[in-house]
Amino acid sequence: MWLGRAVAPTDAQQGEGYRIIFVHVPASWMSMIIYLAMGFWSVMGLTFNTRLSGMMTRALAPTGAIFAFLSLWTGALWGKPMWGTWWVWDARLTSELILFFLYLGYIALTSAIDDPRRGDRAGALIAIVGAINVPIIYFSVKWWNTLHQGASVSMTQAPSMARLMLWAMLLMALAFWFYAIALVFYRVRTLILQRERQAQWVQDLPEVAGGVA
Amino acid sequence: MRWTSWAEFWAMGGYGLYVWGSFAVTAALMVIEVWQARRQRADTLLGLHRERALQAGEAAQAPVAVSKDMS
Repeated sequence: MWLGRAVAPTDAQQGEGYRIIFVHVPASWMSMIIYLAMGFWSVMGLTFNTRLSGMMTRALAPTGAIFAFLSLWTGALWGKPMWGTWWVWDARLTSELILFFLYLGYIALTSAIDDPRRGDRAGALIAIVGAINVPIIYFSVKWWNTLHQGASVSMTQAPSMARLMLWAMLLMALAFWFYAIALVFYRVRTLILQRERQAQWVQDLPEVAGGVA
Repeated sequence: MRWTSWAEFWAMGGYGLYVWGSFAVTAALMVIEVWQARRQRADTLLGLHRERALQAGEAAQAPVAVSKDMS
């Protein structure tokens, strides 16, 4: 963050406002990756009927939802001074908004169904079907004429942004990755305790057994 | 460093509100998320504690009832 805020050079066209990119892009990437991860775990869960897959998907959802929200929020704050508008119904923004709604839908559905396993399966459908939205978001700036700018970072060509900016942004993306992984695993451990409460190993845990006669 | 003063840093060339608005909300949501995850874990552990205590209580009652039936 220090790099992004203090050091990276002023962008020629957009002045200091561009610095929002250091949270906007990583948040967007995370919102997409996490939804794909949810789709992956849902497929695993449905295929192998594993309990943990459902828990993993549920643990991913809140973090992903927050990143989707941040993507939209920071995007709006960037858009207003740059292009004079908080929002526009172009392909990328709209599909990211849909992604956010998909997250909320998943969370709402899985919370509403009492039986955890049934909830997992219902949620899995949202995760898998909704995952199709992610490549749409990604390619939207290529396929349609959008206000959102095109890809400046790609795997095959040299990026069109200044080196230091790029490094700062990638560093932030890495930081968001670590944050997300740590938080999701922390959350799934709690879910495991909830779901597996009947198991002996849970009862034997010092946190549970300790202090009780 | 390209900043000549703290005031300049905060102002962000006039975009201060938008840039700091973004960073602030990001930081705030992350803090809230961590707090929420911790709350969830603490509540779960508390719930498990209570259940265990309840079960221990019931186990203490059961032998008395059985011997009564057998008499």
